[in-house]
Formats: sequence, structure tokens, C-alpha cells
Amino acid sequence: MSMQTLPRRLGAAVVTAVIVWFLSVRLSTFRDFQIAEVAVEVTAVAGLTVLTGLSGQISLGNGAFMAIGGYTTALLMLHLNWPYVAALVASAVVTAVAGGIVGVAAARLRGPYLAGATLMLGVALPALAAAYQGFLGGDQGLNVVFTAPAFLGATFPLTRWQAWVSTVVALVTLVLLANLCYSRIGRNWRAVRDDEVAAALDGVNVAVTRVLAFVVSAICAGLAGSLLAIVTSLVAPGAFTVTLSIALLTAAVIGGLGSLPGALWGSLLIVIVPTYVTDVATSHGLSSSVGSNIPIAAYGAVLILVMLAFPQGIQGGLHRLLTLFTGPDPGTRVPRDAPAPHVTPPADEAPASHHEKEGTL
Amino acid sequence: MVEFLQFTLSGVSFGMIYAAVALSLVLIWRGTRLLNYAQGGMAMITTYIAIEVIYHTGSYWAGFAVALVAGILLGAVCQLTIIRPTMNKPPLNGVIVTIGLLVLLEGLAGIFFGGQFRSFPTAFSVTGLRVGGTPLGVSRYDIFVAVAVLAATLALALAFRYTSAGLRMRAAAFNATIARLSGIRVARVLTVGWALAGLLGALAGVLVSPSTFLYPNSMDTIFVYGFTAAVIGGLDSPAGAVTGGLLLGLALSYAGGYLPSGASLVPVVALGILVLVLMARPDGLFSATKVRRV
Repeated sequence: MSMQTLPRRLGAAVVTAVIVWFLSVRLSTFRDFQIAEVAVEVTAVAGLTVLTGLSGQISLGNGAFMAIGGYTTALLMLHLNWPYVAALVASAVVTAVAGGIVGVAAARLRGPYLAGATLMLGVALPALAAAYQGFLGGDQGLNVVFTAPAFLGATFPLTRWQAWVSTVVALVTLVLLANLCYSRIGRNWRAVRDDEVAAALDGVNVAVTRVLAFVVSAICAGLAGSLLAIVTSLVAPGAFTVTLSIALLTAAVIGGLGSLPGALWGSLLIVIVPTYVTDVATSHGLSSSVGSNIPIAAYGAVLILVMLAFPQGIQGGLHRLLTLFTGPDPGTRVPRDAPAPHVTPPADEAPASHHEKEGTL
Repeated sequence: MVEFLQFTLSGVSFGMIYAAVALSLVLIWRGTRLLNYAQGGMAMITTYIAIEVIYHTGSYWAGFAVALVAGILLGAVCQLTIIRPTMNKPPLNGVIVTIGLLVLLEGLAGIFFGGQFRSFPTAFSVTGLRVGGTPLGVSRYDIFVAVAVLAATLALALAFRYTSAGLRMRAAAFNATIARLSGIRVARVLTVGWALAGLLGALAGVLVSPSTFLYPNSMDTIFVYGFTAAVIGGLDSPAGAVTGGLLLGLALSYAGGYLPSGASLVPVVALGILVLVLMARPDGLFSATKVRRV
């Protein structure tokens, strides 16, 4: 199986690269920027969908890892004049360490407690940038100087180069993740997600497996943060708010939790829907306070509707559509194992431990 | 010393607000095993409704009452329309629906009320009380905030303990299947839980808005700290929610007051407290001994 799937994944990556190349050459610079945005988003979302979908750990703070990656890149390029590739690799290493630390702390936490801790991480970390103004640039952040290489010619649009770089990083990340997910490590993640005790009895080191998932997801977020730094030429706390962390989880679930193609659909949705609605609103000449808020409201409505219409996310919905035409195919990989990361166990198996506290409220 | 007293009392005042938000999250968590990320957004909307009513009638108490009723209705309507269909779906779906609801409500608030900061009136004077010339660092309004949240908490506790509706709610939270077999309409009970949570959220929104101003995102920070308070206390424990809220309110007030670059480090302090508590007790301070099924 793996003999065929590796070429298939590489093939899919190459096809996507060609499509992106074609789009970036044909479309406007703004679309180039959007391509880069989607690539940044999908890199981070893919890591999160692996963490939450496969290893069963929720994170509402992956924006913090993006911030670490972004600031690492900015500081190295600003003070040490590192070339971008070196800064990118260094960002991955630094966020891997950070992910390891958070992962160790998180290994004992479950469900909403993990959600709360990671959410607070996502809130607290950007606040450090404001507290250490001298080093991290405060609210204004740090500027990142990134230029297209000389051999492309002086007139080559920077946004196109940014789109290419981020797409390449995103695709490499996706191919590596896909291989990881169906390796022994990926199987261990699923085993731990489904039943920790059974996994431990089978010789899986539960703690190490869970921490490793955090490291992998942090590396992806770090790469995404580093890309975001060069795409926007800036790292500032405002870019890494908790809203970003929540958007990442939203994209992962909307796309289809645990599915890498789903990460792409989710990222496309959260990047494109707001811009599309803004375009429509401005073309109808709506006042700015109304016009600027309609995309927000529409985005919220789309999230609710997609979740109600496609409980398994977009990838699950697509798969159901497909089987409608072709009949069930046992060979295809379904994101049906969109898992239960202990966030909200079903209502009836819920609180088995309420006895003593019954009277408190 | 006066400074310490001031920080303490202001910490208690904010702590009561966090406690109210935490309590509303606990109410929903116990019933539906879902974290309602839209709790802050719902409170923001009801506070806007209150400000409009106050503006048109000139009466604070009319706005106050309307906000609470609106909170009850909003909670029930949201549960009936968009939360109930997610109940038998993968657990994160409900989470994303509440996040979508939050974004939708903030967008709607921006469309209908505009994005500018609006000041919210208080029921009582906000000038500090004095005892024989010594300022206490606390106003009549601060006392009102604490009393209102305490009264709501107490009323809920009594209702849960001594009324048959409260008994039904406890039964449904304890074991939905058995409750259903005993003839309790669990679905309806869950709606009531959301309505009560909406009430508490609305109360928190009205009480906190004089000190934070009102704008579409104004409840985000309050929600995050309320959530943190609930996690510190343990999501299954109402007493834990109140304790967690007070603890967090006090700690953040001292941090903001005494640390050198205090204001910007407040979230970091909150993270520190949360991590410390969760390292010692992964299910919050008031968690019961856990049974892990094999």
C-alpha cells in the first residue's frame, strides 16, 4: 500500500503546485496574496488537524506557536541577517522545543481543561511582545525584509514569489504529514486517541506519543508563523491573537477533523468567504460600518450552517456525495473516524462522579 | 495598606463577574457537556439591548430587567435552533457551532449598533466610599455588583436544591439516560439550563460594561477569564466556578497593581495560575475523584 500511496501523494502535491503556479501567473497580485494566505493557513491547520483529529488533543493556542515561529524568523533575519531558509528551519526547531514543553504540560490534561490551558496560552504569549517592547517591538511589532531573488528579474512581483515560497513549504509539510500519519507513529496516535489503556497495554508509550503530537503540530504552526512573517513583512502581536488560534481549530473541524485534504478545504473557506462577502458588500455600496461587519456575520453563519449540514466536515460531505454516485467503496479512506477528542463526551456517559457535589447548586 | 485594600476590593468586584460567566459555563457544561464559546457574545448582545432600552426609557432598571429576560430568551432560542441538532454529532461540532454563533453575534452587533465604544450607565454612584475620611477604594456600585452576583448564585443554588425543577436538572446532568427513563424530559431540561446560563451571562454583561465600555468584542476578555475561572474551579462544580472567579479576580488585580509592567502581564499571570492549578489538579480545584473506565 505504501508503495502506491507515496507516489500518489507526491503526484497530488505536484498537481497542486502546478495549479498554484498557473493561478499565480494569471491572477492579480491580490489573489497572489490570498494564495499565500491559504498556504500559511493550511500549514498550521494541517498540524492542528493531526493533533486534534489523530491524537485526540485539542489546542486553542496554536496561534502562540505561530507567534514563536514568526518572531524567531523576524529576529534572526533582523539581527543576524540570516537567509530565509535558515530562519525557517530555525523557527521549526524553536517551535518544536516550545511544543515539547507545552506537550509535556498538556499530557495530563483532557478535554475542556486542555482547551482552557491552551486558550490562555494563546492569549498570554502575544502579551509578552507588549511587555518586552525593546526586544520584541511592542504592539508595532518587527519589520521583516523579504525580497524576490535577483534572477527572477527586477519586475517580478514580490507577492507572486511569496505565494510560491509559502505554497512549496505548505506542500512539503502536507506530504511529510501524510506519510507520518500512516506510519507507526500515526497508528499510535489513533490508538491513544481511541483508548489510552488499550494502547498502553499494547506497548505504546502513551505520554511520549501525546507529546510527540504536540511537537509535530507546533512545528507546523511555527513554519506557518514564519511564512506569515514574510508574507505580511511584519510580525506583531495583533497578527497572532486568540482569534487566529480559534480560526485554526475552526478550519480543521469545518474541513473535516483528522483529514489533510480537509485542512485545505477549511483554510480555503476561512480565507475566501470573508473576502468574497466584503467584495459583494462594497459593490452594493453599503456604508462602511455595515459593510465591514456583514462579512463577519456571514462568516459566523457559514460556520454554523456548514457544521449543521456536514457534521463530518467538508471532506466528509464530499465523500458522502462521492459514495452517492459510486456506491460504497471499502477501499477509500473516509474521515469517518473524525474522532472524539474528549472535549465533550456524550451527555449520558457524562458525570459519573457527581455524588458528593449534588447539593452545591 | 489602603492600596492593598483597594486592589482586594476591585479584585473581588471583577472576580464576581468572572464567577458569573464561569457559573453560566458550568451550567451548560453539566447539562450538555459543551463549552459555550458564545457566552460572552450573547452577553454582549443583551447588554446592547439594555443600553437601547435605557436610552429610550431613561430607566436603568428597565434596561436591567429587559437584559435579563433577553438573556433567558436568547439562551433558550440558541439551544433549540442550533445547539440541539449537534447533540448527537462529533463533540467538536457543538464547539464550532458556538464559535460560529459568537462570530455571527459580533457581526450583527457591528451592523446594528456600530463598532464604536459606548459607555454604559451604572445603577449607583461609582465614587469611592469613605469611612471617617479614609477611602475604602470601593463604591456603592462595586457592592451592588458583588451582591447581585451572590444573590443570583444563591437563588440558583436554592432552586437546584429545593425545587422539583432543580431536582430534574440535577438528575438530567447526573445521568441523562436514567433521567429519561424516569420520565424527565431531558431535552427540555437542557433548554432550561441554557436559558439560565443566558440569564447569568446577561447579568455579567450589564454589571461589567460600565468598567469596560460596550463594543462588539467587549466581552471577549471577560469570557476568556470566566472560562479560565471555570477551568480552575473544575467545570462540574458551581462552587468551584465562584471560587475560581474570585481567586482569578484577586490574583489579576494584585498582578495589575503591583507588577512593574503589570497591565500587559496580566494574561501571563493568569496563564501561570492556570498551569499551576492544573498541574496539581488536572480537573480543577473542586474535581471529584475520577473513575477511569477500561
